[in-house]
Amino acid sequence: MGLAKRIIPCLDVDDGRVVKGVQFVDIRDAGDPVEVAKRYNDAGADEITFLDITASHEGRDTTLHTVEQIASQVFIPLTVGGGVRTLDDIRNLLNAGADKVGINSAAVHNPEFVREAAERFGSQCIVVAIDAKKVSAESEPNRWEIFTHGGRKPTGLDAVQWARRMTDYGAGEILLTSMDRDGTKNGFDIALTRAISDAVPVPVIASGGVGNLQHLVDGVIQGGADAVLAASIFHFAEYSVEEAKRFMQNAGIEMRL
Amino acid sequence: MSEVVAVIDYGMGNLHSAGKALEKVANGQQILITGDADRIRAADRVVFPGVGAIRDCIAVLQETGLDQAIRDVIAAGKPVLGICVGMQALMAHSEENNGVDCLGVFDGEVTFFGEMQDDTGSKLKVPHMGWNQVQQGMAHPMWAGIADNARFYFVHSYCVTGLADEEVAGYCDYGRRFAAAATRNNVFAVQFHPEKSADAGLTLLENFLRWQP
Repeated sequence: MGLAKRIIPCLDVDDGRVVKGVQFVDIRDAGDPVEVAKRYNDAGADEITFLDITASHEGRDTTLHTVEQIASQVFIPLTVGGGVRTLDDIRNLLNAGADKVGINSAAVHNPEFVREAAERFGSQCIVVAIDAKKVSAESEPNRWEIFTHGGRKPTGLDAVQWARRMTDYGAGEILLTSMDRDGTKNGFDIALTRAISDAVPVPVIASGGVGNLQHLVDGVIQGGADAVLAASIFHFAEYSVEEAKRFMQNAGIEMRL
Repeated sequence: MSEVVAVIDYGMGNLHSAGKALEKVANGQQILITGDADRIRAADRVVFPGVGAIRDCIAVLQETGLDQAIRDVIAAGKPVLGICVGMQALMAHSEENNGVDCLGVFDGEVTFFGEMQDDTGSKLKVPHMGWNQVQQGMAHPMWAGIADNARFYFVHSYCVTGLADEEVAGYCDYGRRFAAAATRNNVFAVQFHPEKSADAGLTLLENFLRWQP
């Protein structure tokens, strides 16, 4: 009895289309974010995260339209991140039907933006996304640093201190991605997940590196994550969300089934 | 004339979800998102949603006179559904923002979760965010078709305590036991977000549209 750990499929969306291919066998249009979101909803996903990678300015309107369509048809929480830089960006996304908004590099460039956003819209809808990479040598105690530009640009910010600062400023949730593990399928960076989860009072979503269902279990039990985010294992139908939930429940984790 | 269901818009955030979820389950009712006190008074049913900080919520309600409109529709016996901060605003007092007097429809007190630990001694995260179970405190038409201990989506840092047992329609446990749903006569209020709680949430909203208190 109690609060369930969450499974959150993540869609990368470019100009209104899901990219990095979703390969469900019986889906009509794997590029349609609305259709994919509905599928995940039907499969028992606890939330959906939508990462907007649209580069063009005009594309932002497409994004809002897509969010609106998803929110009209999918009645589970929807987080939208990617390119969020101003209070207007946040307002537009919330008005379109997003429940939470992810802030990433804009927080690094201007940490006060997070404070303003939380004061204006409430901590419950402000997710700070953190991309961290291990910078300590094997012989040293673990140290992770915040990177921007898809993991290419170091910022000098210590990941644990940064996470704590962001929650002090009002972030209601941390989306933590290990840039070392992202795309490797070798599992989450457990030590990083544990360090951040222990350091902050708010929920932490672990992301980056999921290759099998045991990785999800490890992220929660060893890493202390409150939620796990994954893309490819679900998109390519290696595992269904329901299968993942049953596996986690069998490992003793409270799940919504 | 079809029934009108007013969703109170007091400029505090995302009403799209509540409106769309109600539209999804409506059976001929017109869903009207409005901040107009007269239109709210004229509606057949009223939904009072809310997100954000309680101080701002109560301040806006008072400035716009919507607090009185809410009292009027309650007094008129129309079905009223409070959601999240909407539920909290119906209580007597909240300790958020250094203490705020609320509408006082219920005698409950809204308190911070605070530092808590789970059974294993690890720290509980606040906000209480995610899918938790609601233990039904009574048989009620709003629970029709919803299993006892069904999961709903919560996101909040403050919770309602101190209600009389006969007013607690549902309980939730997160470090402590709190009121997940409160009811009296024609008012039903929930701490969770039915509009974000998949099938169980849609069923609850559908029940509200049919409820004849």
